[in-house]
Amino acid sequence: MTDLPPDATVRRSPLHDTHVAAGAAFTDFAGWQMPVRYSGDLAEHTAVRRAAGLFDLSHMGEILVVGPDAAAALDYALAGPMSALQERQAKYTLLLAENGGILDDLVVYRTGVDRYLVVANASNRGTVAARLRERVEGFDAVVEDESDDIGLLALQGPRALEILQNLDGLDLRADIEDGSTTPDALAALRYYRCIRGEFEGRRILIARTGYTGEDGFELYTAPESLRALWTSLLEIGAGAGLVPAGLAARDSLRLEAGMPLYGHELGLSILPAQAGLGRAVSLDGKGDFVGRAALESGRPADPASEFAGRVLVGLAAEGKRAPRAGYAIYNGQEDRDRIGVVTSGLLSPTLGHPIALAYVDEDLAAPGTVVSVDVRGTRLPATITSLPFYRRDRQRGAAA
Amino acid sequence: MTSIEDLRYTSEHEWVDARDGVATIGITAYAADRLGDVVYVSLPEVGDTVEAGTVIGEIESTKSVGELFAPMSGTVTAVNEALADSPETVNADAFGEGWLLKIQYTELPELLGAAEYQELTRA
Repeated sequence: MTDLPPDATVRRSPLHDTHVAAGAAFTDFAGWQMPVRYSGDLAEHTAVRRAAGLFDLSHMGEILVVGPDAAAALDYALAGPMSALQERQAKYTLLLAENGGILDDLVVYRTGVDRYLVVANASNRGTVAARLRERVEGFDAVVEDESDDIGLLALQGPRALEILQNLDGLDLRADIEDGSTTPDALAALRYYRCIRGEFEGRRILIARTGYTGEDGFELYTAPESLRALWTSLLEIGAGAGLVPAGLAARDSLRLEAGMPLYGHELGLSILPAQAGLGRAVSLDGKGDFVGRAALESGRPADPASEFAGRVLVGLAAEGKRAPRAGYAIYNGQEDRDRIGVVTSGLLSPTLGHPIALAYVDEDLAAPGTVVSVDVRGTRLPATITSLPFYRRDRQRGAAA
Repeated sequence: MTSIEDLRYTSEHEWVDARDGVATIGITAYAADRLGDVVYVSLPEVGDTVEAGTVIGEIESTKSVGELFAPMSGTVTAVNEALADSPETVNADAFGEGWLLKIQYTELPELLGAAEYQELTRA
């Protein structure tokens, strides 16, 4: 057997002991030792699709940008229209390099008129904080990397709302304007909106966001509160089918939902439009921002990269053998017929057939195009499909 | 079945139950746990000749792919056909119903004992 992930003694979540006691297996992720699974990848994946799963995301980076010019500073520093966000609204956006390439993908919450929370991938926390500090110079705003002082849990799945509504000790009334109750405020919380409150006396920020393709919430609170929050949610959610879920399920869920992962579908040599993220860039809605000139030039971020001239597509195949990251894609039998590369892939637990995200030549990227993937020496056919692979039935979930 | 204390092991996380010139081979529970849920097992065909140390199959989980190495040279006399429909058996019963294949051999290379293998997984 090969490819067993190495053991590593690195950074640990405040919940590490809880995970160990729950029988979790761990993986090294961006310098963190995080749960990769508890009961099993497939059971956790299925629980999130049918009921709910609880993820410890303590490794994610949380960076505050605060000050009278915070909105203008972020308009310049990031690709999206940050000043256009209303208070309590969130936005998926990108941190671009000067060449237009993607340094990280982010979810940014406007938590106050002069206050933003920028959530970065664990592997890019340092980069994001450093670039933001450089870019806010000259603006009346400061950047504070609060990652060590903010913990994050994600409660995801069609039953996430009812579970959170039953959480004792959660009080959102201070942030409710219409006099409704905490459970009602949770039900009324719209997709990509957030609300502040207290859980057992400590501050909590609850957002209707996620990375699974299901309805759900992300809960930001102090590291000291995480254990009580984790334990309480699992207790009250057990009857509804809530299980702790690891990074393996997080990855398979996001892949089915067609969501990119930094380091796989996103990187410094990839322009937003190539990744299908043109919507995350505001070329018309605001003034200058880092990366704008490069995007307007039409030049590739890195002409020598294997991504140059290629765009992100979905692949679907038959059988059981999945195209995986790094596998070459061809539109003929010759080596020179290579037209792309797989960036993520697996046997879809929900759909039952292999799916993958891949970059292929732009002129061969139309849905329905049949290509072949070199799966460890065997060329297997795959069909380019539109994304996402899986879309939840929104009648079931409550999110708008 | 031989108890896991009496099985022999490879550094590639395979177990070997060798008796009367035929070895039953599987992957260890440790390896199955590390791989995650097994979703596909690719094995050689009965009658295939295999050479010690070469890749003769694959064990694919949702997360990754593990290669199966031949622990010894010989001829494949059986493969676990049930795994085609129920690959999860490799996780559920790695040392029993989750066996992978049988190889008829003439010579057995040096393999690890249970204590030695346990030491390896603790590293």
